This record gives sequence, structure tokens and C-alpha cells, in this order.
Amino acid sequence: MSEFEPKIIAFVCNWCTYAGADLTGTSRIKYASNVRIVRLPCTGRIDFMLLLKAFDQGADGIIVSGCHPGDCHYTAGNFHARRRWMVFRQLLDFLGIDLRRIHFAWISAAEGGKFAEFVNQVTGEIKKLGPYQSYQKAMSAGIE
Amino acid sequence: MEELQKKARELLQSGAVQLVLGYGKGSAKKARPLFLRKPEQADRLILDDSCLQNLAVYLLKPEVKAMGKPAIVAKLPTMRAILQLAAENQLTEKDLLVLGVSHDGKLLDLPDFKAIEDYLATAPLELTAEQKAELEKIEKMSMEERWRFWQEQFAKCVKCYACRAACPLCYCAKCIAECNQPQWLPVPSHQRGNLEWHIVRAMHLAGRCINCGDCTRACPAGIPLHLLNRKLAAELLRNFNSRAGMSAKGEYALGIFKPEDKENFIK
Repeated sequence: MSEFEPKIIAFVCNWCTYAGADLTGTSRIKYASNVRIVRLPCTGRIDFMLLLKAFDQGADGIIVSGCHPGDCHYTAGNFHARRRWMVFRQLLDFLGIDLRRIHFAWISAAEGGKFAEFVNQVTGEIKKLGPYQSYQKAMSAGIE
Repeated sequence: MEELQKKARELLQSGAVQLVLGYGKGSAKKARPLFLRKPEQADRLILDDSCLQNLAVYLLKPEVKAMGKPAIVAKLPTMRAILQLAAENQLTEKDLLVLGVSHDGKLLDLPDFKAIEDYLATAPLELTAEQKAELEKIEKMSMEERWRFWQEQFAKCVKCYACRAACPLCYCAKCIAECNQPQWLPVPSHQRGNLEWHIVRAMHLAGRCINCGDCTRACPAGIPLHLLNRKLAAELLRNFNSRAGMSAKGEYALGIFKPEDKENFIK
């Protein structure tokens, strides 16, 4: 039987992590191909609904990443995002949604290596967890 | 109660307000909202433990605004809702008169928002032991148990949006639930639609909910929605030392930040 290959969606900011992922590529560092990157202007732009939509569409794991605190291109977008995630994670946990499937990181444009490492580590963890069946089953219930 | 009726009569007689928003006798021992416009109606006002609804929900409705300046009977959660609405620039001091009622049922003299703030600073706002236990019961469950518990609860939801209609702070003219370009929330009340709606509702009220519990009281399916709001309010208090509806100039906890905000999950 072939190994389970998880679908992982990465929401990244344009200025740091996306450029960091670019550096990973230009540095020819290999990383797990399970990740699909969605580029957004800033982590402050990442509405919590986008995370839910990713799970809706069958993602098994989610990565959210942006500039280190203090490095935001728009000065403070990541600080706002951090507060929102602190609250949002608590809500998801309270609802019994698996927090081991949502990973957050600060990855700068110079950290191509960190990006590859992070993606590999997340992919490994989600492979161990297997597909997010309970959520996916619930999401398709009652829909023809 | 007589004190309140007398006050309402005077206010309507003198023309200081055109409307008194209070509680009247309803069916099945429940109080219902009362909209008084004539002084002789004032004896229909009641005030007891059955008066639970947060009347602040009516303040922003155009049809209520059209009746003129209101005086509103306000127990603790209503006072907090009024301050929170003021903090969100939906109300000003001139728009209404607050007939505050203390937690032991006495009529308070609250000439301005400052007086409400001062009263709230001394009022009992901590969750009761019973309320804390209710939260802890769910927090102590395993992840799978919590998932099952909420899925069972949300399965009862018929998406009537009574929780939204009853909430004094759900006043957006265009709610995300009606937004269809893009369609953020599925319209039907299947499991996905219900889960997403309740997550959005809780998140949009995080840092704004004033813990009146009207969402749960309004729910025809009996879903304990207030638990979601209460959980987030507790987290906001713990993480950011922020409590909604305490000041007419309060800041929205998720609209501000501190560089030293502490988390432990970002790598």
C-alpha cells in the first residue's frame, strides 16, 4: 500500500515567507511536495475563515507563516494576526478541532532553510496523524 | 418597581424622553420587552428576576430610533452592552437615558457614561462557580469528546439566526452570513454550514461579547452558545487583561496589540 500523502495548505505573507520559500527554491533545497502555497499580502490579511475553508476543501494540515515580529512590511500586520490566532486557536481547541494540524511560524525572506525544515517537519507530523477524517466526514454530511 | 414606574411616568410626562424601553409581564412567567410611549402606561412596567433580556438590542434598530429618544431599563449586561456600543461609535451619551438597575434591584442614578463606568468598576463581573464549572466540564473532555459534543449540539441548529437577532452587538447591516460574493458561509444548515456559522459568530464577538447570554436564551434548539463566547471572553481576560463593555472609550482587544503579547505556538 502506498504511503498516505497529506494535503497541506500554507498561507504565507508576500514579503517574508513567500520570498523565503522562493529562496528555498533558488537555493535548490528539496522539501516535501505536499504543501500548496497561498500567497497573501500580509499575515494580518489571513482571515480565520480561510483556515476553515482549507479544511473544508480537504486539507489535512495548515501552515500559517509570515514575517518575524517587528519585520512586517506594513509595520504591524503580524502583531494583529498573532492576537487573532491566540484567540482563534483557543476557540478551535474548545470545539474539539485538532490543533496538531495547524502550524504557525515566523519565516523571513532570508530563511530558505528554515522554510524547508518547517514544511518537512509539519508534513512528517501530519503523515503520522493520517487524514483528517472526522472533520472531512462532517463537512460532507448532508451535501449531495 | 414602583420607583421605576414613577420615574418612567415622570420622564414621559416631562417629555425628556419619548420612549421608555422596559420589561412587561409576558406569558409563561416570562417577561417581555415593553415600549412605552404614554405616561399612563408606566404601571405596566415590571422589574424582577424574570427580566432577563438584554434590551440594548433594540437601541440601534431604525424603527425604534424613529420613536424618539429612549430611556432604557438596564441591568448589568445591558449597561455593559450600552458602553460597548458607545465604544464602537454606535451610540452617544445624548442618544439615550439609562435607567440603571443594580444587581440587587435598586434604581441607580446614572446621568452619564462615566457614572456607568464607575458603577461597573464595583459590580460583580466574575463568572459564578456554576458558570466556571460549566466551562471546565468541556475543557476537561478529550479532543474527540469535545468534537462529538459540539457536533451533536450544532446538529440541532436550524440556522434561524435567532442568536444573531438577539445579540445587542450583532448589529452589522450586512452580516457575513448574507455575504455571497464570495459566499463565506454555506446557506443550508448542514454540518459544515452550522460549524462555520458558529465559529464565525463566536470570533466576531470575541472581545465584544458582554456575557448577557441572550444568544442561548434565544436559541430555539437549546444550543449552549454562550459557552463559546464565555470561553473566548475568559481567554481575552487571561491573555490581554481585556474585558468588553467596561468603558465607553474601550478599545477592541483584537483591534490593538502589544509587541510583548505572549504566545507559545509560533515557531
